[in-house]
Amino acid sequence: MSEAREGTLLQRILDADSRHDPYPLYDRLRERAVFQEPDGSYVVTGYAEVAALLGDPRLSADPANSPAPPSPPFSFLNMDPPGHDRVRRLTMRHFGPPNDPGRVEAMRPHLFGQATLLIDALRGRDEIDVVADVAYPFPVTVVADLLGVPREDEPKFHVWAEAIVQAADWDPRDRSPSAGVQAAIMELGAYMMGLIQAKRRDPRDDMLSRLANDDGPEGALSSPELTGVAILLLLAGHETTVNLIANGMLTLLRKPDVLARLKAEPGLETPLVEELLRYEPPVHFTFRSTLADVDAGGVTIPAGSAIRLMLACANRDPARFQHADRFIPDRANNAHLGFGSGIHACFGAPLARLEGQVALREMARRLVDPVLLDEPPPYRINPTLRGPRRLRVRIAGVID
Amino acid sequence: MLIAGASLAGLRTAEALRDAGFGGRITLVGDEPHPPYDRPPLSKQVLSGWVGADQTELPALRAVDADWRLGAAAADLDLAGRSVGLADGARIAFDQLVIATGARARPWPVAAEAALDGVFVLRTRGDAAALRARLAARPGRVVVIGAGFTGCEVASSCIDAGLPVTVVEATGAPLLRALGDTIGAFAADLQGAHGVDLRTGVAVAGFEDDGTGRLAVVVLGDGARVEATVAVVCLGAAPNVEWLAGSGLAAGPQGLLCDSACRALDTAGQPVAGVFGAGDVVRIEHPRFPGEPLRTEHWGAACEQAAVAGANILRADPDLRRIDALPAFWSMQFGACLKLAGAPERADATVLLQGSVESGRFVVGYGRGDRLVAVATVNQAHWLSFYEAQIRAGAAFPPTYRRVDAPISPQKELAS
Repeated sequence: MSEAREGTLLQRILDADSRHDPYPLYDRLRERAVFQEPDGSYVVTGYAEVAALLGDPRLSADPANSPAPPSPPFSFLNMDPPGHDRVRRLTMRHFGPPNDPGRVEAMRPHLFGQATLLIDALRGRDEIDVVADVAYPFPVTVVADLLGVPREDEPKFHVWAEAIVQAADWDPRDRSPSAGVQAAIMELGAYMMGLIQAKRRDPRDDMLSRLANDDGPEGALSSPELTGVAILLLLAGHETTVNLIANGMLTLLRKPDVLARLKAEPGLETPLVEELLRYEPPVHFTFRSTLADVDAGGVTIPAGSAIRLMLACANRDPARFQHADRFIPDRANNAHLGFGSGIHACFGAPLARLEGQVALREMARRLVDPVLLDEPPPYRINPTLRGPRRLRVRIAGVID
Repeated sequence: MLIAGASLAGLRTAEALRDAGFGGRITLVGDEPHPPYDRPPLSKQVLSGWVGADQTELPALRAVDADWRLGAAAADLDLAGRSVGLADGARIAFDQLVIATGARARPWPVAAEAALDGVFVLRTRGDAAALRARLAARPGRVVVIGAGFTGCEVASSCIDAGLPVTVVEATGAPLLRALGDTIGAFAADLQGAHGVDLRTGVAVAGFEDDGTGRLAVVVLGDGARVEATVAVVCLGAAPNVEWLAGSGLAAGPQGLLCDSACRALDTAGQPVAGVFGAGDVVRIEHPRFPGEPLRTEHWGAACEQAAVAGANILRADPDLRRIDALPAFWSMQFGACLKLAGAPERADATVLLQGSVESGRFVVGYGRGDRLVAVATVNQAHWLSFYEAQIRAGAAFPPTYRRVDAPISPQKELAS
């Protein structure tokens, strides 16, 4: 471990040793709402400041405007308006209101069926890994079915996805994506191009088919745009909901009273997932850069600065949330930043919510006497997309 | 404690009073027979049939434990005697009074024509239910008179229902008076694209009936005759201040004058002890926009004024709460979401801040001298909170900072 990694508070947070519990460090980090790191980048920790900057048109998500691009660009996630708005709008046409308002709700029976299958398969086991057995395969199957990606190709894109997501593990010493990441992006891109061509020849009732054959008033996305969108949706559907479900089950196992309430109170999963998105969000920070001088938290961030917006840290800001460190499953007025905010607010949020609600409710209901075996569990190395790598749980059975 | 007016501002004032720990008796007097209901849906979801007019009741934020005197309008105020007379002859004594009697639709000025079957106004839930029933009967062409917010929303609901619509607006464009040229021109194009027969720069001269008391023709000032069995008169709202005449309060056709603590002022401009105002009836001194008091008729303003009035009833001068929120409202029409913050009536110039009018997604800034005083967004509401903060900070106008989706060469125009 280099000295640089031991240096600042932020660097300690990024360090793998802090992954299992960065929250005490976040509390110290929040003593300054906005500050500059030795590398010149800025860190924003307070809820009010993060929320304001997420809605500030002087901030850019386009790596072309960043002095230190944190990761390869992913479609509209890393675009600014008006281009961003067009691509996101054309994609949303096939995922939600106003053009396709029933899309996510219509998936509820499918989601329930998938969760049921995965939990049924745990029968006869006395030890399970919530990540490998449920939290990972569940959203991956769902996003593959939604997009129309053949499930048998899952092992292939899992490897690419893992490689690419590591690039988000931004290391200040190595700012350009590694050759391995570039190769993975190229291979995933080529795979998606092939799939999109197949959808043009033989459209099915899935999102990629609809996107590839869009006849809406604004026309269709170009092939490179569509490939970028497909990669983004696959990765985002792949890598974040896993953490939502795994972090959620971990939180329930650590708080038996909450687990008992979830079993006893139908409907509690709805606010509970919101509280989870505040308390243990799947995405811990996001990057922007300034197009102009921006005043925030008493600091003037000069134009051309890289900014790290600390979503998970802001979510525990006691200036915004009463008892910010307590998990309150039916918390009121819970305007968390777990899905971000502003124009880049999570595209897949409605689906992620539903997946989290269904998976957690069904696990809570059906797993008999679950006991956490590793405290803390081992974590994935990624500080941004934070979640357990493995979540071993002893169970006394599975009920119907 | 007497609250004259039992709509949004009255209800929220009662709630604020209880929140502040007021334990005394609260009486709410309302001219309508219904418990408090929400008006914004009346021109949108109710007209389109998504929501029944009787399903718009306002949710109570807390129990208020009040005596409700519904169906009896306040008729006079005896300030010295501390009592209010009701239309049914009753008198209610008060220690403290909140005036929240709202506003009413300005009727068509010719009473005989206004009384024709088929001529509507839209203010109350009864108005909305009657108009909805008529629209649901597929009446053919609807004429909307006045293209302010209510008129535009009514026209939009009619178009959604597949009814042919003529909109008659005396100024040069819809929404022009409130929001200026840029949005006026956009709104005119939007109506044209949705098939509205928009007549601007012309007034309505009168209504003709079919000989049996039913509306048959709307006659325009240019001599044009529009055959229609339904006309919706959307000429704005007049504050319900007549009952205050002679009371000594500064009440006139523009509303009841209040200071920024929501205290009612007398004709000498002094706050009257124990008398407050909130909602559409008031004209208020806004600390962020010195000069002429503002009368905004905005939903959010009613809520804030109610909260301030409710809090101040139990406070004394140095601790008084002041209104602080920027005036803000929203409108949905022809598929567009329009939101505004600030005081565009103060502006002397406008500039496009983000987006483009052609794309139907843009932000317009309103400046007074070198200060930003208001912002309107069209299908770009996600930027509104940023510009609200800019207005609060007294940001420079027009802004020069780099931002995403900035117009290439924004044209500064004089506000109309």
